[in-house]
This record gives sequence, C-alpha cells and structure tokens, in this order.
Amino acid sequence: MTPVAAAAVPRIAPKARLQWDEARRRHVLLYPEGLVALNQTGVEILELCDGKRSVADIIAALTERYRAAGIERDVTAFLDGLAAKRLVVCGPEAQRDAT
Amino acid sequence: MRSVVPKPLWLLAELTYRCPLQCPYCSNPLEFAGGRFKSELVTDEWRRVLREAKALGVLQLGLSGGEPLLRTDLEDLVATARELGLYSSLITSAYRLTQERLAALKLAGLDHVQISIQAADAELSDHIAGTASYRDKLAAYRYTKELGFPLTVNAVLHRKNLHQVEALIRLAESLGAERIELANTQFYGWAFHNRNALMPTKAQLDDAWQVVQRERARLGTRLEIVWVLPDYHERYPKPCMGGWGRAYMTVSPGGEVWPCHAAGRIATLEFANVRERPLEWIWYESEAFNRFRGDAWMPEPCRSCPRKTVDFGGCRCQAFLVAGDAGVTDPVCSLSPQRRLIDSELAEVEQAAAAEVPPAAWTYRAAPASRALAAQG
Repeated sequence: MTPVAAAAVPRIAPKARLQWDEARRRHVLLYPEGLVALNQTGVEILELCDGKRSVADIIAALTERYRAAGIERDVTAFLDGLAAKRLVVCGPEAQRDAT
Repeated sequence: MRSVVPKPLWLLAELTYRCPLQCPYCSNPLEFAGGRFKSELVTDEWRRVLREAKALGVLQLGLSGGEPLLRTDLEDLVATARELGLYSSLITSAYRLTQERLAALKLAGLDHVQISIQAADAELSDHIAGTASYRDKLAAYRYTKELGFPLTVNAVLHRKNLHQVEALIRLAESLGAERIELANTQFYGWAFHNRNALMPTKAQLDDAWQVVQRERARLGTRLEIVWVLPDYHERYPKPCMGGWGRAYMTVSPGGEVWPCHAAGRIATLEFANVRERPLEWIWYESEAFNRFRGDAWMPEPCRSCPRKTVDFGGCRCQAFLVAGDAGVTDPVCSLSPQRRLIDSELAEVEQAAAAEVPPAAWTYRAAPASRALAAQG
C-alpha cells in the first residue's frame, strides 16, 4: 500500500459515514460491517478531508490551529490507515466527485 | 450488572421469514412457517425497535429475513434508520429487485447492499436456491453499482459449490464489488438439518483456502475477501457473535429478541418479545441475555482455559444442537469432551467421499417442509 502523498486530496469514501455516537459520547466512522472509533484529532482531520484540501493543506491548518510540531506524522499515519481500508479516497477520484 | 455489560453495536432485523428462495442451508429456524413467527411486527413496531436500539448504542443495522424486499414498508424503515443515524445494510437475495425499488431505497438513505449468490453459474446457483434467481441477481449487482452503493457479494459455501471459489471471486471482481463474503456453511437451522448433504471434505476446504490466499495476494485492497471459517474443521471454536450478549442482537419477525439469529432454537431459554418489553430491559435484564454473559456460567475445560477471553466458550447454539446442552463447551473445540460428536460426523463424510458415495439429498427450505418438520417435533 503506497502512503498518502502530501499533494493528494483526500475525502471520506462514499461507503463510509462520519457519525456521532451519542450512547458512547464519541464520533465513529461507519462502513459496511464495521466502524472506526475516532478521537478528537481524528474527527478534526476528517472534517478537513473535504475533497478540496490537500494533505499538506490539512497539516498546515492543524499546525496553525494547535501551534504544535509533529502533526504531520499524526495526520499521515491516520490517513494512511484509513486509505488502506479504503475509507478515505484520494486523488482524481476525490477531485472528480467533489466538483 | 448494568455497568459491566457492554452496549450493543449491531442489530439484525429479521423483517420476515417469507422468502422466494429455498436454500437448503438457510439459517432461519426449521419451524419458520409455524405460529411462533406468523404475526410479523408492523411498521410502527419496527420503528420503535430501531429507536430503542439506537438509544441503547446500536450503530449497525442489518435488514434481513427471509427476504426483506417482501416488506412493502422497507423504504420507511430505511428512512427511519437513516434519521436515527444507523448504518443500514440490506441483506437480500435480490429476487425480482428492480432498479426503481433500489433507487427508492437509496433515496430513503440505505447505506450498503449485500446480495447473495448460490454459485458462480446460473444452472448451479438456481439449483441450490431452488428458485430461478441468478439472472435477477446479476441485474441487481449492476443496479447496485450504478446507484453508487457499496456492494457485498455473499456466497455460502458447501460440498456442492466449494470448487467454484475462484469463479465466485472473479465474478465479484468483475462486478466491482467492495467485498465478497465466502461464508462456509455454519450448521444451524436448515443447514444443521441438511448437514450430511452440505458438509465439505477436508480436501475441498484446503483447495478453496489455497485459492483465497492466492486471490487475496493478487487483489490487494481492491476486493476484500472475507473467509468465514468452516468451524467443524477448526481446532478451536469461533468467538461466536463476539460473545453472548456483548455486541449483537437479532429481532425475529414476530418480535422475539435473540443474542444471535440461531439462538431461538435453544429450547431451554425463554426469550422476551419487543411487544411486551422495552429493548433496554431485554438487553440488560432478561434471563436469556444474561444466561451466558461473562464467564461464571462456564464449565471446564473453558473455566480455567486462557482462551476463554478469546472465544468466550464458543457457540451456545452449537453446544445445544450438537451436545444437547447450551451450557457446555462448544463441541467444535478440540478440548471439549464432546469433540467426538464432530469428529464422527467428519469421518463419515470423508469415508463416503473416499468410497465415492454421493452425499445425501437435501431438503429445500420451504413452508410445507417446515410445517412437516415442526409436526415431527
């Protein structure tokens, strides 16, 4: 699996849905026969995966928001994990669907 | 008690046991045509079940049956599920499913479609289904992808179709499916009744597993291949439903609530009904859901076994069906004193296969057969 590139434009795959889980007070990403429980950082990353921002834009936005270093590694690892499960899609597919 | 009981994540809504197909491995109860399941929950009752399920913590909803498309209120139930934030999967044979109906379900908010197939070619698939349905399925796979749904192809595997695993995977690939579930038959319901006809040989399973490994390497993440273990042939039991009353419940057509879709068969348990009790009470307080929670109920060899947190003692329904007692170790486990009951069944199959004796004929899942079997007790 190739990692998500900095120039890639990610968005949540059509099969997946970001959803608030009231019973457990957390966000989850739901998909066929499964779910990923999300922490606050994960939710913020996914909310920036709008099919317009690149991975580099997302890292810049979060670095600005938190004024912290090391965000790049967190964002890339998180998106790589979801891309491997095809819960986040990148590149032409995302760009085409976003227009 | 309540604080240590996990919240449920999954609800399987069995909307009806009516079905145009007659698959001999059906997981529905043998007595599906009897009085116990006759009076199906109506739309408002299902809506209440879905609301109560969501409030309890359920996030994943399977709309199943029988054939859920036979419910004319399916679109309404899907819409309710969507409003509530449940992720809904339609689990269907796709018999007579039109593009218009599927589009209406999409509009209502359906998330995912799972369509069964009985074999990779029309002749065998229709033979196993007992109903000419292959053409409808192929058309429905196309509609599903055209409408932008994620698609799961589900194939139940057994003696008569295990040789087609590669063709099934290639078919799913050509359809653009996200997932294929290669579900080796689990022996409950009609499958248990038809065990002698359906039980595969070890060689068949080994060959199919080789194909699965090869195809997984070839396909990578393009197509997820789920291989449901043939548990009679395993050394340890499956962690059935992730443990009794831990994550999963089934609401059967008449409103009885079970910890899994086969549990209604356990005659020594009394199951509460959503017509009489709130789902919350059933999950947390009912005798049936608490009976096999945790590990206090476990006999040896489970009680002192390090695997008890991995497989939870295996499957209670299997213990009941094979060993006659839902409270003993799953007889599939190689440590179970009843493992010989599984081994003798497997040995019989191997001997017959070696002698080239064809497997027994199966009984199709159909209402007259259901009533006849129920009458026999």
